[in-house]
Amino acid sequence: MAAPKKPPLPVILMANDLIDGEVVFRTATGWSSEPREALIAGNAQAADALEAEGIAEMSRNKVVDAYLVDVVLGENGPQPRHFRERLRTLGPSIRPDLGKQAQSVIEPRGVPHVSL
Amino acid sequence: MYRYDEFDSRFVRERVREFRAQVERRLDGSLTEDEFKPLRLQNGLYLQLHAYMLRIAIPYGTLSSRQLRQLALIADRYDRGYGHFTTRQNLQFNWPKLKDVPDILDLLADVEMHAIQTSGNCIRNVTADHFAGVAADEVEDPRPTAELIRQWSSLHPEFSFLPRKFKIAVTGAEHDRAAIKAHDIGLRILRRPGTGEIGYEVIVGGGLGRTPMIGKVVREFLPRADLLSFLEAIMRVYNLEGRRDNKFKARVKILVHEIGAEEFRRRVEQEFAALDGPSVNADPEEVKRIAAYFAPPPYEELPERSVKLSIAKAAHRDFARFVETNVFAHRVPGYAAVTISLKPIGGVPGDATSEQMRIIAELAERYSFGEIRVTYMQNLVLPHVRNDELFALWEALDAAELATANASLVTDIISCPGLDYCSLATARSIPIAQSLSRRFADGARQREIGPLGIKISGCINACGHHHIGNIGILGLEKNGAEYYQLTLGGDATENAALGERLGPGLAAEEVPDAVEKIVNVYLQERSVGEEFIATYRRLGIAPFRQAFEKGVEGDQHAAH
Ligand code: HEM
Ligand code: SF4
Repeated sequence: MAAPKKPPLPVILMANDLIDGEVVFRTATGWSSEPREALIAGNAQAADALEAEGIAEMSRNKVVDAYLVDVVLGENGPQPRHFRERLRTLGPSIRPDLGKQAQSVIEPRGVPHVSL
Repeated sequence: MYRYDEFDSRFVRERVREFRAQVERRLDGSLTEDEFKPLRLQNGLYLQLHAYMLRIAIPYGTLSSRQLRQLALIADRYDRGYGHFTTRQNLQFNWPKLKDVPDILDLLADVEMHAIQTSGNCIRNVTADHFAGVAADEVEDPRPTAELIRQWSSLHPEFSFLPRKFKIAVTGAEHDRAAIKAHDIGLRILRRPGTGEIGYEVIVGGGLGRTPMIGKVVREFLPRADLLSFLEAIMRVYNLEGRRDNKFKARVKILVHEIGAEEFRRRVEQEFAALDGPSVNADPEEVKRIAAYFAPPPYEELPERSVKLSIAKAAHRDFARFVETNVFAHRVPGYAAVTISLKPIGGVPGDATSEQMRIIAELAERYSFGEIRVTYMQNLVLPHVRNDELFALWEALDAAELATANASLVTDIISCPGLDYCSLATARSIPIAQSLSRRFADGARQREIGPLGIKISGCINACGHHHIGNIGILGLEKNGAEYYQLTLGGDATENAALGERLGPGLAAEEVPDAVEKIVNVYLQERSVGEEFIATYRRLGIAPFRQAFEKGVEGDQHAAH
């Protein structure tokens, strides 16, 4: 089997917490529910290390579905390039009262807003 | 309503206990995710974009007030105070924690509910006409049949590892409100011309997803007694010959398509002839026992016409409009079935808060013998309301903002969760539903347009039935952005048809204008009393495409 394609750099590592399912981000010391605390890998070596950590954490049964996500760096920290992953850092776009966006620390931003 | 017997209760409880142990082993690390995933899926637990998701079966869409209250309690205690009713008559909770799921399942078992066979390659929750037992055009209540199939298929050892998921829908009426031709097996209860004997028309090989197909009639008339052995014959042919090499070609529709309906039919009949019918078919006593649970509630003898209703309609215009759109004729004089729309203008189709669930449970108790139905249109129904009490019910619904008068109209939009929740999605679908709902918010305009079904899916899996929407909308992704493809002319009824592609895809904000153009062509071209789908059939897609293409290349805001 061919190795899965690597995302462009820089990347962060996202996963779901095993126990409550919440989206979490790998930090320098563990996992955080805050995207701005995510550890950013800017070169291939760091990305590989981050990915390896994801695999190790999955086998330690801390998280599920850990994978690298390519981001752009802004003043509020890393922001996934793809809208799917961006939504995961926020919550349902139709329910601003739910998910991470509800916890006021971060502003809903950058998701292509359907204003019609 | 069906009540669990001792066997059912014990079985469901044991299953919860088993899953509780499995969750414990997952949490303490004895089970890996790869080992655990199939186990959680067998209990209806998915992992979605933001959290886990629990899918709960509502067999044939029938709920009691007690059950609905319990769902409200679960929503409050373990979720975020709401649930999502789906096109498969299921309820989904979007935020349960893994550690809480065994407790949730125990609460469900307390009210004879579960999440078994809501996922995986087995026979899924059997769906039925939401007006079962109520509709005037009904030959027979389809729910005893659905319940029989549920019992037969629950953990059927031979059919718990099928090539792919398997969905069965049943209707007992002339008019198909259960989309039976879009299911792996669709059953229509009918009377044999001439003899009047009751039996089934059996349709196989419908389905949506990436290769949509309308089901083919495999048997015009199946005697009632042979139901299970005939189904077993179908399942055997499928289980043996359905493809397992490619998940996208594994549904029975592909088998029927590849070998042809005639050949499929021949193989089923051959298998059926070889089966030992009596050992498979249900004992007539058991069939009777099941049917007894669905005995009609104790209706009163009432006059056909209600003076009270006429007076209330004359006095309250909004109420009169509600009656026009959301009240369905009952087969028993003096009663009506009432659709409670879960599509308020700008709302999330199919979502209900725990507070709304409790209010509806209460109203069902007061006005509808404690019974509620879930429709595949993602609405709820109170099936047995006295005409005399319609006004009081409407007032209570209105006070709870549950009296949106739009059943089957252009804002009664079906939408899957899409990329706001679903991990398979390629685009969001709910915001599109909301923007269309707002665009067509005006009640008078909606009534002028008449019945028009818009259905939206957030990826080609088609959970939102877009192929069979009069106007279908499919959310896709191109170059890192969401875009939407429109189809026209789909039909979910007995005249089932798949929609035809209108043209190139659109950005989200272009969708309302495009739909508006389509609607305007219809309004211009229709003859008196002609519904959208009839006009479409008469004219074909050309005039709609013309208007659409003009919009796409020219002035985007022409219609406004
Ligand atoms: C957890 C989220 C969901 C997942 C993972 C999921 C998955 C799928 C997949 C993979 C298919 C395509 C099957 C095939 O082509 O063989 C499908 C079809 C379908 N799903 Fe879903 N679905 C989800 C949510 C829903 C919801 C919310 C509804 C109801 C609103 C629904 C109802 C249906 C229906 C009606 C079909 C099309 C009929 C068919 O051909 O099976 N699903 N789903
Ligand atoms: S159609 Fe696609 S996006 Fe919508 S619920 Fe189904 S799998 Fe998810």
